Amino acid sequence: MTMTTAELTITPVSEPYWTSLRCGRLKFQSCSCGHKWLPPRAECPSCLNTDWQWVEAEGTGKLISWVVYHVAYHASLNDRLPYNVALVELDEGPRLITNILDASDGRGLSGDAPVVLDTGATKACQRSQFRLEHQPANANLT
Amino acid sequence: MNQMSGKTVIAGVGATAFGKLPGRDIVSLNVEACRKALKDAGVPKDAVDAVFVKVPTSSREFMFGQTVCEALGVQPKIGGAWDQGGAANISLISFAAASILAGQCSVALICYADNPRTGNKQTYQRPRGDDAIYGWFSTAAGYAMIQRRHMIEYGANAAALGEIAVAARRHGAANPYAQLRKPLTMDDYMAGPWVVDPLRRDDCCLVSDGGAAILVMSAEAARTFKVPAPVPILGLGQCQTSWDVQLRPNLTSTVADVSARMAFEMARLRPQDMDVAQIYDCFTITVLMTLEDYRFCRKGEGGRFVADGRIQIGGELPLNTSGGLLSETGTPGLPLVIEGVRQMRGSAKLQVSGAKKCIISNQGGTMHTHSTLILGQ
Repeated sequence: MTMTTAELTITPVSEPYWTSLRCGRLKFQSCSCGHKWLPPRAECPSCLNTDWQWVEAEGTGKLISWVVYHVAYHASLNDRLPYNVALVELDEGPRLITNILDASDGRGLSGDAPVVLDTGATKACQRSQFRLEHQPANANLT
Repeated sequence: MNQMSGKTVIAGVGATAFGKLPGRDIVSLNVEACRKALKDAGVPKDAVDAVFVKVPTSSREFMFGQTVCEALGVQPKIGGAWDQGGAANISLISFAAASILAGQCSVALICYADNPRTGNKQTYQRPRGDDAIYGWFSTAAGYAMIQRRHMIEYGANAAALGEIAVAARRHGAANPYAQLRKPLTMDDYMAGPWVVDPLRRDDCCLVSDGGAAILVMSAEAARTFKVPAPVPILGLGQCQTSWDVQLRPNLTSTVADVSARMAFEMARLRPQDMDVAQIYDCFTITVLMTLEDYRFCRKGEGGRFVADGRIQIGGELPLNTSGGLLSETGTPGLPLVIEGVRQMRGSAKLQVSGAKKCIISNQGGTMHTHSTLILGQ
């Protein structure tokens, strides 16, 4: 069975987003009309204008939902099973897909739980990584 | 809009076998389904002047509507292929009905076929854009994300979703044409392995080869052609969420309510007037949320609504009486419409006795698109 690999499509518009993540910083787009959003796009999806700028997120938000994969849909994910994929809403408003660290099988997660960006992990893997606010880094969860 | 109600009919229906159909291409499956729909209606092919095709999920082709028309040997006034996921089937019925009543065409085929079972399943396992770097893959995971949020807001729903799976499999077991005829108990359901937690194996629809088609015309044309069993189209509705799952401000309600309201208003009917329903069941959570959004019950009360056999044959609102996508065929949308037609004709295998009104939902993407059809007698 053929499977498409997980490859980023980096465009001139999204390049600053990914570059920031490589430095452990999460940014979103903020328009002069007041709308704030992710993922990166050329026009504000509210007013359709291009008068926006990148703003660094505080890195705090809440867990809207999550799933736990028990089947790998790509060979590169076999070693991660089980793993979670989470939907987080930043305090500034934008929502994004991410992972919650130290909760691979979802245990300990709950709806609307406060989460914080782990800048070290984000920098190391060049994608946003969050953890539960009340859970210290590298806690040994069993 | 009300002047449309009852003015058009489904004159004929046709479908191929469902399941594994090795060696059959998508165009051929479309042609077989169309041939059977024309035969069912007793209408000659030469009368067809509109062909509305839903694009196959597993392969995308430029000018696919024309490819199907060429194989059908038809030069329609109106035609083409439409991409809206599963909702496209009923949406195309809307466009056909509106075009007919506007006098732009008179006899319309609506068809869909695909062969992901023996062919390419990649679309169901696809990486979800750049977010695939987080491991965000597959169609199922989007529904799992919605299901989890529903659990967060309204409480555990495994028993309710199990009721939906058990009912579909009971109905499918009675359907000789169903792809999966093995009945399911609640214990089987609960013991099913996780696909993407909280989705269990039996929450997920089948992957099927197959094709289906229907023929739409005005009620007046059906009399002229002496169509034996025309089924009136009473209500039609559509609406689209558009935002992908992670961007929706609300995960537990969809625009299905707008689509249903449009259809109920056109038909001048209410949820309680429905005798039987065919609710798009790509995943069991879709059924639960559609019942809530359609106002068969209040938001969060879907679990109580589906309990105690209400949605099984013999219950107050039998659902998916031929087995739906969970048991009859994963071929999206049109087979639900065809079962609705059989119920209104009184010819269903599991006939709901005295059924006079049937509501059918179609949806596509990850609850991105929605369409609603109400049939009568």
